[in-house]
Amino acid sequence: MSAVADDIARIAVVEKSRGYWATVLRRLSRDKVSMVCLGIIILIALAAILAPYLGLASPYQGSMIRRLRWIGTPGYPLGTDELGRDMVSRLIYGGRLSLFLGLAPVVLAFIVGTTLGVMAGYLGGFVNQAIMRTVDVFYAFPSVLLAIAISGALGAGIVNSIVSLTIVFIPPIVRVSESVTTSVRNLDFVDAARASGAGSLTIMRVHVLGNVLGPIFVYSTSLISVCMILASGLSFLGLGTKPPEPEWGLMLNTLRTAIYVNPWVAALPGVMIFTVSICFNLLSDGMRSAMDVRS
Amino acid sequence: MSEADVLAPAADVGGPEQPLLEVRAMSKHFPIRGGFFGTTGVVRAVDNVSFSVDKGEVLGIVGESGCGKSTTARLVIGLIQPDAGAVILDGEKLGAALSLRELRRRVQMVFQDSYASLNPRLTIEDSIAFGPVVHGVSTAEAHARAHDLLRKVGLDPAIFAARYPHELSGGQRQRVNIARALALSPRLVLLDEAVSALDKSVEAQVLNLLIDLKNDLGLTYVFISHDLNVVRFISDRVLVMYLGEVVETGPVESLWEDARHPYTRALLSAMPSLDPDNRTKEAPIAGDPPNPINPPSGCRFHTRCAFAEPMCGEKSPSLFETGNARHTAACHMVDPASGHSKAGHSSAGELQNV
Repeated sequence: MSAVADDIARIAVVEKSRGYWATVLRRLSRDKVSMVCLGIIILIALAAILAPYLGLASPYQGSMIRRLRWIGTPGYPLGTDELGRDMVSRLIYGGRLSLFLGLAPVVLAFIVGTTLGVMAGYLGGFVNQAIMRTVDVFYAFPSVLLAIAISGALGAGIVNSIVSLTIVFIPPIVRVSESVTTSVRNLDFVDAARASGAGSLTIMRVHVLGNVLGPIFVYSTSLISVCMILASGLSFLGLGTKPPEPEWGLMLNTLRTAIYVNPWVAALPGVMIFTVSICFNLLSDGMRSAMDVRS
Repeated sequence: MSEADVLAPAADVGGPEQPLLEVRAMSKHFPIRGGFFGTTGVVRAVDNVSFSVDKGEVLGIVGESGCGKSTTARLVIGLIQPDAGAVILDGEKLGAALSLRELRRRVQMVFQDSYASLNPRLTIEDSIAFGPVVHGVSTAEAHARAHDLLRKVGLDPAIFAARYPHELSGGQRQRVNIARALALSPRLVLLDEAVSALDKSVEAQVLNLLIDLKNDLGLTYVFISHDLNVVRFISDRVLVMYLGEVVETGPVESLWEDARHPYTRALLSAMPSLDPDNRTKEAPIAGDPPNPINPPSGCRFHTRCAFAEPMCGEKSPSLFETGNARHTAACHMVDPASGHSKAGHSSAGELQNV
């Protein structure tokens, strides 16, 4: 190599070489919309986690004489619900279950779906057909209907609604990871790895997973908002959380009767669901463009 | 297997007389899937190809795109399963005396696309160290070897080892790919269009590097390319392929001076010339190669050959010796007993006078 090229290489190394994920994080941190959304999500999540230490009124303790107070009532900044319970407290406590029900099924489906999808995409042939056709069966049902059907069959309850939502979200994640894997597996570096004598498992772990996790991860984050809405829907139908447990979907259901009496308070749980899901959606959008490093 | 075994080159078995690689009657027909059930036909990508590569030799494989050059290389290293035929490495037959895993340690491959052949999420040193680690070498030792190899291919490990592929130029990436191919101390390296995507000055640097490495490490190359100048520069012997078949093979000088197959001559005369008095006036052959799904009967070149006669469409020629024992061509004109009207008069000079 010429001396000039050598010098250029030395100068270039001053800007320390970054890993892929470091680059993605740096690009994401420059995106204002994503950062605001991340901030809101962290704020709501922290409040939910730390709820018992925030000195809030009890979310269960109601009062028949203080029912459906308007927003801004002294002592009740966001009013009270149909049983006279403090809305601030119930919304914050409700975030615990709602966020958990939004995240847990997606995380579980991400693990199971990625495993199945990468296997189907990399191994191809019979394995692919077996996994993908099974997944197609689940696609025959609309996701809302499927969640209701499974929850209904299993019975109401938090664990059961997590199971049913996980099953609902596995098929789309399998599909996405299968298609990403198929495109990666045809690249020369996978052939080069095979030519080095590596087995399928090693290649999937070292060479395939690192290259497909990004897109699957982004897709899965976009499912969190859908999952929260579905979980709220199940609670709304009485298939998820049971009263008096605070949960946004369930709160929306019970306050429905008060919609003509105190519409602003009745809409609050919906506002929370809307805010959190739009934040997750915008964040996954931001991650998608941050990961597109070559653009 | 101990670590020392993996990183040391495999011992020579048959002596210098025995070819390092022998490919016997290898075929690969890709089925064309139509609809859900069954197949609607086959692409005869490689059809009954036989050749051998001597120890320390560079065998060039040339031909138009789609003629089966790359498929041949992928068949040799077992990335594609052949339908028929045998791969014999230094006397040991793949599948019998030689396992696929062992073959893949002794034979390595460099691909054309330097970017696609490196994992974008791995650092250069991790990519090079991957092979040795898979074969049981400790990570520390594999990294030491990666640094060694980077130095050998002319890249300073202090600068490049921790970098990612997108931070390198095309030439640097191809050097890394060469280092990766050498990580398991192979005896044979398949270079599949390894320099075709590089610009000319970088191409020359990488070619010189390949020659230096070959001399230092006692390597043998199979060099696949469509660039005839490059093939002439680096090869000892050349194999010309057309539609999945070998049409001519011989020492590079003999082939350039005295090509016997009309296709080889057409290929050579299609090379751009820098001499203003030696312009290519008309295309030596017209049209595209026929569809390999339904190749022509008899000699596959007869549809485009200026000397084709009815017998060419009926009888498929095998490789005949041209007088020089190492130079063979699959053309009826080379075989004096074939019945072709110009049989036995296949050299360019004779054909022009007829």
